[in-house]
Amino acid sequence: MKITVAGEKKEVADGITVAALIEQEKVETPQYVTVSVNEEFLESGTFESTVLKEGDEVEFLYFMGGGR
Amino acid sequence: MKITIKKSDFNKIYEHALSVVPEEACGLIAGTDNEDGSRDITKVYLLTNIDHTNEHFSIDPKEQLAAIKDMRANGIKPLGNWHSHPESPSRPSEEDKRLANDSKASYLILSLMEEGNPVLNAFHVESVDGEKTVRKEELIIKEDE
Repeated sequence: MKITVAGEKKEVADGITVAALIEQEKVETPQYVTVSVNEEFLESGTFESTVLKEGDEVEFLYFMGGGR
Repeated sequence: MKITIKKSDFNKIYEHALSVVPEEACGLIAGTDNEDGSRDITKVYLLTNIDHTNEHFSIDPKEQLAAIKDMRANGIKPLGNWHSHPESPSRPSEEDKRLANDSKASYLILSLMEEGNPVLNAFHVESVDGEKTVRKEELIIKEDE
């Protein structure tokens, strides 16, 4: 099936989970990544159970923060 | 690495940071990577610090996503982020280093601790053997063309 990952159209396996996509895309330091699917942000801990479907738009965002 | 920012973008950051004092201000930087290894910031994004404190910042992820899409639409790439230190120097704190997890990013820090004398520096943060190493980048504030 086709989905869009970080703005690029990609062919991925049917029924792929977000966790599997993170691994497939070799996302660096995934523990600091926030994921949105169709502009909805996923709760952390749901990546294994979130199954993607045809046409989904997925974004990986690095948490950006700090302190003085 | 040499990195340039337009004076007008520096002013945008400075004015926004002043407007939210005593809270830390934050945002993203975007532009181009050049063949000689230097990079040019061509757009700055003023985003919401959802922590709303003078001690921490977290960029609003919804605004971050909107900014990333705007960068794509404008053919520019994310280069890193910026944040202000209202009461401390322009250097990464231990918390800044701990949360700097993108080795390709430039991290800009604007110190407001001396009234009327904003200090902006750029840093590269990398994890080497489990330790975060910080390197100051050469930041050039250039007049707008």
